[in-house]
Amino acid sequence: MFDDDINDLYQELILDHNAHPHNYGELKCANHQARGHNPLCGDDVEIFLLIKNDCIEDIRFTGQGCAISKSSASMMTDELKGKSLAEVQAIFHIFHELLTAEDSSKLDINALGKASVFSGVKQFPMRVKCATLAWHTLIAALNDKNNAVTTE
Amino acid sequence: MKDIRSEFTALSQLIYGKPLVYLDNAATSQKPKSVIDAMRCFYEEHCANVHRGVHRLSELATVHFEKAREKVKNFINASSVQEIIFTKGTTDGINLVASTYGRQNICAGDEIIVSQMEHHSNIVPWQMLAQEKGAILRVAPIDDEGAFLFDAFSALLNAKTKIVAITHVSNALGTVTPLKKIIEASHACGAVVVVDGAQAVPHCAVDVTNLDCDFYAFSAHKMYGPTGTGVLYGKKKWLESMPPYQGGGDMIASVTFEKTTYAKPPAKFEAGTPNIAGVIGLGAAIDFMQRVGVQNIAFVENDLLQYASIAVEAVPGLRKIGTAKHKASVLSFVLKHVHPHDISSLLDRQGVAIRAGHLCAQPVMQRFQVPALCRASFAVYNTKEEVDVLVKALIKVSEVF
Repeated sequence: MFDDDINDLYQELILDHNAHPHNYGELKCANHQARGHNPLCGDDVEIFLLIKNDCIEDIRFTGQGCAISKSSASMMTDELKGKSLAEVQAIFHIFHELLTAEDSSKLDINALGKASVFSGVKQFPMRVKCATLAWHTLIAALNDKNNAVTTE
Repeated sequence: MKDIRSEFTALSQLIYGKPLVYLDNAATSQKPKSVIDAMRCFYEEHCANVHRGVHRLSELATVHFEKAREKVKNFINASSVQEIIFTKGTTDGINLVASTYGRQNICAGDEIIVSQMEHHSNIVPWQMLAQEKGAILRVAPIDDEGAFLFDAFSALLNAKTKIVAITHVSNALGTVTPLKKIIEASHACGAVVVVDGAQAVPHCAVDVTNLDCDFYAFSAHKMYGPTGTGVLYGKKKWLESMPPYQGGGDMIASVTFEKTTYAKPPAKFEAGTPNIAGVIGLGAAIDFMQRVGVQNIAFVENDLLQYASIAVEAVPGLRKIGTAKHKASVLSFVLKHVHPHDISSLLDRQGVAIRAGHLCAQPVMQRFQVPALCRASFAVYNTKEEVDVLVKALIKVSEVF
């Protein structure tokens, strides 16, 4: 329908998570949370974490935004639930490098699980911030940063 | 129309292998060769600073620079070149008024009225001024079509209203405001009117004398001219009594360490070396618009807007935002279940450039309860075939999601 690279961006998996996001909604028992905002496009996400024994026991999100930001938040919550904080930091690093580093060929993208689908976003520099917003917000939640994260 | 298109080199390029369909003219228009040539000619042949050198090149540069001021004066029918101040753009012009006239005349408890469909550049400077002075910002509402509600606006006017800051054409909705009526009513209660004309000057004939506005700001780059250059028109009586905007060279009559006296307008408001090439480019852009004919430009764009407004109804799930009776050049919309940024990325790969986002008018997004909008905006070089490409691409987008 569209060219290959745009189909890379809007893959079935991304469209599915956009239409039916996983782990969407507030987490009442959260003990960490943070809000992220992209002032240029208005994408807005709030991440809720329940951390016990240095492990993400539960994670949910709310907010509004484009398909890339919403599906990225959805897949991130899927992948990180049950992971230790050390694993989370490592996975964040890989995701961030995948989208921003010049050479990402040596990254272990298997560690990202489904979220590796976002490798195509690199071809769309204006959209990288959409995919990384939820992840930066996650880190802010872990660090208990009360100021909203902003991509700018 | 083909002839006009051929004057814009940028329009003939391919984007991702597809012919460019440039529908982001409300952000900035493309520039005709004549504008680029005028600027190149300045740099290649008579580049010098203005108003100071006593050598041939400086004289030439000054002549070309001041000729552009004369062109602007005639273009908007001001009564004197002293009323034409060159700025960096519309934002700069509005900030100039807020920091000079505003600071001089606004006191605690005074009221400033803006409309609900202002661009941030006609909200924030007034908010900053109101905060500084303890003044109150009032908002004139719009209806569900995006039309200006004149009666509701009139009801806000009172003896405390000192400034009415209003757009001529909304950048987000395309609504044309009933400016003459607004100005008459504002003057009747003693308020001055500052007009954001950024989206109007490119699309319709503007006559500041007939409008009787106090200030009128616009940008060169939305009317086929270069970026970084704009105009602030101000009534002579205000410009003469206002304090300067910035201090520096060119804006003085004499300087000693004890006392400085200021130059007369417009020099009083043009401290420092201006964007000389930009101003010369603006002059060439006015020549271009007059050669094509401002009425012809308005006719072509209105025709495109009518055509596109009907054509997009073929797109499943599309909702138009901004359907006022009097509109110019702008077609904004949202698609059910698809975020405007996703639409814009998908259209981009079809060669179609539109704007997506809050359009620097977040209160408009709040009014229509949308996170963002898609905006297609037209210029004289656009065609119905391009509208067809847009509609076809939008139908594809609606099928993906």
